Amino acid sequence: MNTDQLMTLAVNKNGFIFDPENGISYTVNDTGLFILNQMQKGLEQDAILQLLVDEYDVNIEHARSDMEHYMGMLKALRLVED
Amino acid sequence: MKKTYTAPYIERNSAGNLNKYAHTTVVRHQDNIDNVPIRDLIEAHGSPLFVFSERQIRRTYRRLRDTIRIHYPLADITWSYKTNYLSAICNIFHQEGAPAEVVSGMEYELARHNGISGDNIYFNGPSKRKSDLSRAISEGARIHIDHLEELYLIEKIADELGITPKVAIRMNMDTGISPLWTRFGFNYENGEAYRTVQRMVSGGKMKLCGLHTHIGTFILDPNAYYWAATKMLNFAQTIKDSFNIVVEYIDLGGGFASQNTLIDQYTPGELASPSFEQYAEAIGNAFNASVFVKEHHPRLILETGRVLIDESGYLIASVLGKKNLPTGERAVILDAGVNINITAWWYKQRVLPTKPFPGSYQNTVFYGPLCMNIDVIRSAMPFPDLYYGDTVLISPVGAYNVTQWMQFIEYRPNVCLISETGQVDVIREREDMSDMTSREYIPEHLRKV
Repeated sequence: MNTDQLMTLAVNKNGFIFDPENGISYTVNDTGLFILNQMQKGLEQDAILQLLVDEYDVNIEHARSDMEHYMGMLKALRLVED
Repeated sequence: MKKTYTAPYIERNSAGNLNKYAHTTVVRHQDNIDNVPIRDLIEAHGSPLFVFSERQIRRTYRRLRDTIRIHYPLADITWSYKTNYLSAICNIFHQEGAPAEVVSGMEYELARHNGISGDNIYFNGPSKRKSDLSRAISEGARIHIDHLEELYLIEKIADELGITPKVAIRMNMDTGISPLWTRFGFNYENGEAYRTVQRMVSGGKMKLCGLHTHIGTFILDPNAYYWAATKMLNFAQTIKDSFNIVVEYIDLGGGFASQNTLIDQYTPGELASPSFEQYAEAIGNAFNASVFVKEHHPRLILETGRVLIDESGYLIASVLGKKNLPTGERAVILDAGVNINITAWWYKQRVLPTKPFPGSYQNTVFYGPLCMNIDVIRSAMPFPDLYYGDTVLISPVGAYNVTQWMQFIEYRPNVCLISETGQVDVIREREDMSDMTSREYIPEHLRKV
């Protein structure tokens, strides 16, 4: 997965995200921010999933499904690419 | 104590209303093709430059073939030469198992040159010469008969060669779409196709192997294929009942729409064009409901080239200049125009900057290098400010451009292929003066100027 675009984002701790290349801003929720932060650290999806399960009250199957959906959102917004 | 979980989400902030389709109007940049930097491609191979992605071509072919076979397993996807007959491109499809579909003697010769045996070639087209037919018949190609003169000619050749040619009848029909493509083959509804089969059978000189149709191009309604398949299968049953001939294949031709957006189309192509699944379902529904299919298991043949190659082709062009138009729009002159990108006349192609740009956008028209007012690559779209030497990436351009391009006041450029390993090969060299002059002859009295 290509996360180059993601790496250029300015991410605020309250979940406000700014793309300095084009001025577009986004809002993420708490778990969305958590995943984004880990992706910017360069972690793979499986590792992020484990951290998510460790941090939040959720089982891994549920979290995996949500995370796949979230990745779809990031792709649709062209923040990540296959 | 773990934190309370909610599903992750992200939302783009918007000051105004989203448009109807939530389609982004912001120009993103793309600085590579299959991870090969565009800057490196231009430095090595010049501008303009066509680039094809082998990885995307193979992935698209496999996806279409697999999707069709999920709905009807006895299906073959041929490679339609006219869509793009660079030999390297053809051979990718042939390596994937695609037979060749050709529409002229020249294309037939090219397929044979590429190592495809005659019995793996479907020969369509309205203008097959006698020499073309003689060669194709003697090599076992399947000939798709377009008109009665061709039928008579094939009978004569069959006598001359002492061979029973393998043929199919080309048919046209009403599939509920407009315009009706009636110029190819024989009409189904008025009985012309039936009378042609009757005539063929009474001649007794050829073997009817299949039925063929080509209902149109860039078909946005998949149901058209349902009706085409249904009518052809019904006709196959009629032929079985009347003449006790069982055709081996039903060829539904081409026409699947790529993700391009037609010039007059409001909805973007990626939303308007049917998916592979929708086409496959429409065709599969017709096949799986057919009594003829249940009893005789004909092969389904498709020749849909555009959808297999359009998105895999890119054109990199450089900015030669810019000006402000009296309309308030900015005009950018590129070194690639409709001379090499002729499909820009039909589609609103995607034009992207190849590096990030700060600042605001302005409506920008992209012109090519030709001295013609109609040399427009893209009508006005919001675009960042460009400067001399900047490059833009134009896509999808993989279908029909490197076959229909013109040698008008410019040489045709290099064409590159990025392999699955990332290797970049030139698959067609840029033309030079020798391409202009090598076939010309200047009479003696005109040599001195």
